[in-house]
Amino acid sequence: MDRRKFLKMASTGAVIATSSVSGTVQARGNLPISDQAVGMLFDATRCIGCRACVVECKDINGMPPESASPDAPWDNAQDLSADTLNIIKAHKDENSDDFSFIKRNCMHCVDAGCVSVCPVSAMIKDPVTGIVSHDPDACIGCRYCVAACPYNIPKYEYDEALGQIQKCQLCNQKGVERIDNNQLPGCAEVCPTGANIYGTREELLAEAKRRLALKPGDRYDYKLNSMDSSHYQEGTVAEYQPRVYGEFEGGGTQVLLLAGTSFETLGMPDLPEKSYASVSETVQHSIYGGFAAPAAVLGGLLFLARRNIKAEKNNAEQAKKDKEEKDS
Amino acid sequence: MSEHQALSNKKLFTLPTLILAVISFIAVVILAKRFIYGLGAVTNLNDGYPWGIWVVYDVVVGTGLACGGYAMALVVYIANKGKYHPLVRPALLASLFGYTLGGISAFIDMGRYWNFYNMFLPSQMNLNSVMLEVGLCVTAYCIVLFIEFAPVFFERFKMHGLREKLDKVLFIFIAIGVLLPTMHQSSLGSLLIAMGYKVDILWQSSYLMPLFAILTALAMGFSIVIFEASMVTVGFKRHSETHLLKGLGKVIQTLLAVFLILRFGDLIMRDALSSAFSGTFKANMFLLESLLFIVPLVILSSSKQRNKGSRLFIAGFSMLFAGALYRFNAFLIGWTPNATDTVVYFPSSQELLVSIGIIAMEILAYILFVKMLPVLPKEEHA
Repeated sequence: MDRRKFLKMASTGAVIATSSVSGTVQARGNLPISDQAVGMLFDATRCIGCRACVVECKDINGMPPESASPDAPWDNAQDLSADTLNIIKAHKDENSDDFSFIKRNCMHCVDAGCVSVCPVSAMIKDPVTGIVSHDPDACIGCRYCVAACPYNIPKYEYDEALGQIQKCQLCNQKGVERIDNNQLPGCAEVCPTGANIYGTREELLAEAKRRLALKPGDRYDYKLNSMDSSHYQEGTVAEYQPRVYGEFEGGGTQVLLLAGTSFETLGMPDLPEKSYASVSETVQHSIYGGFAAPAAVLGGLLFLARRNIKAEKNNAEQAKKDKEEKDS
Repeated sequence: MSEHQALSNKKLFTLPTLILAVISFIAVVILAKRFIYGLGAVTNLNDGYPWGIWVVYDVVVGTGLACGGYAMALVVYIANKGKYHPLVRPALLASLFGYTLGGISAFIDMGRYWNFYNMFLPSQMNLNSVMLEVGLCVTAYCIVLFIEFAPVFFERFKMHGLREKLDKVLFIFIAIGVLLPTMHQSSLGSLLIAMGYKVDILWQSSYLMPLFAILTALAMGFSIVIFEASMVTVGFKRHSETHLLKGLGKVIQTLLAVFLILRFGDLIMRDALSSAFSGTFKANMFLLESLLFIVPLVILSSSKQRNKGSRLFIAGFSMLFAGALYRFNAFLIGWTPNATDTVVYFPSSQELLVSIGIIAMEILAYILFVKMLPVLPKEEHA
């Protein structure tokens, strides 16, 4: 009896202990950054809002224009969607009444939430380039990636019977493969002012920090298209927010942002340095790591269930026998 | 030999069953439209809100409401309280329908349902994904529930050989049937962790999410048993089971007390409680949710109240709403795509009709089953 009570308590304890998180379990930190991780640097102070990048993106990725009405058939996309993987949005600074543009597309997170949550490995982060791509043949369409992306990037095609998830894959998805062929992502190639340039994350971060160190009002040679390019455009240095968005946000991103207005005004979320994916995986692996805890709990449950059912059966048989004896 | 019997009133075509059948049929028609034209043709899902009521009600809340079988198995077979045995089969039946329809709902909501088998391919599995764990566990549990319920069929169709064979190994399925809901019900809470700031601070409890989810799932499981037993007593004019249900009330009381201490402790620790009084819709929904949790705690803390069938029913009913609202709040009402976004989601009438239709299917199937199969305990003085 005592042993059973003990086992009962032990197994209940195990269930509770594994449901919460004990401090001794090793936490998963943010994922490391690949040395050859590639990305883009968007400098909002350089963007003139020409939307050439939006048009080129649609062209390369075969996306139709989103028109406001049949009378205005040109692309008038208001936000990212399954047909618009890259967009320029204007935001008004509350203090100065100035407008600033922001380019929104996949940030290619270092520790990507969409990759962490996908049940069927349909979201893949390239181990070398760090590009986050999507495999529609694996995808079951649960849309957990949509719900878990802190930047609201993956979009599902709700208007189609056999819809799929769409997202920016840095123009390197199957059939496009611009990065693999030494070409630039479409949006970086067509940007006329160097507001958006391609490079390795390391180079881009160094360039962003160089710009932050400049004095407002000075002249600076802004690189065009990519860090490797010999083309540049001279411009006046604007007053920057003293922060490279994406250096640390949510474990860091491979698309980095510089801006003259607060990133909050530009609609960027204020994320903790620790990625949500790392917290989620720490909890998940504390409970299921090596399947040891569930196996232990199952052992306890098997023991108790077997014992209790047997006892119940014996009682029932005894009762039956008693009844028969009484009847006879 | 059996302690169970089918209802003596075997009439299947009654006004209630016909109404339920019509409501179910409407859902089936709308679902046909969903598969022909896509999710957007019938739902209000949008680029901000990927999960609507089909996920949040039919799966997240629905499986919570289907925890009766889990809760009773835990009490009867694990904690060895044999006196509750009469409550097991009806609870198991409700769980069977709740989970099966929850699983079907998840499939209906999948945007690429034809690929669903990828979840079962080891080469595709992502072991970091909470969703994988939920998907696999719910599927496995549906199968286990069928096996646990199989003796009812064997009894009805007099397949004694099979019955005896299954009886020898049934303890294995009962043990797995307790483990699986413990796993995936806690994981339903863990699903929210990766969503970070999108879940309002009143509900984003991070590391505590799985614990809160399992505590509320168990409390909902015991409450649904009280609810169903009360409905059966009244609806089919049977004897009251208050003498058994009051014991479950005591368990709910303990679960609720632990949950509320941890829940409010967490809110205070995270400095989130002050936002509960901001007067916003979300804040008021939090207050309503808390009230619904406190009502059963107050009722069940008095042994005098616990002995009254009507009070037990009110407590269980309130607890069911509390658990459902907690999940609705965390997944939808307190969930925003981001802080500045103006996107909104409210289910379309067709979305609602599907969810209502699925509830109708559950109730309809329950009524038909208890009329045809030995599910409910034998009435001694019937």
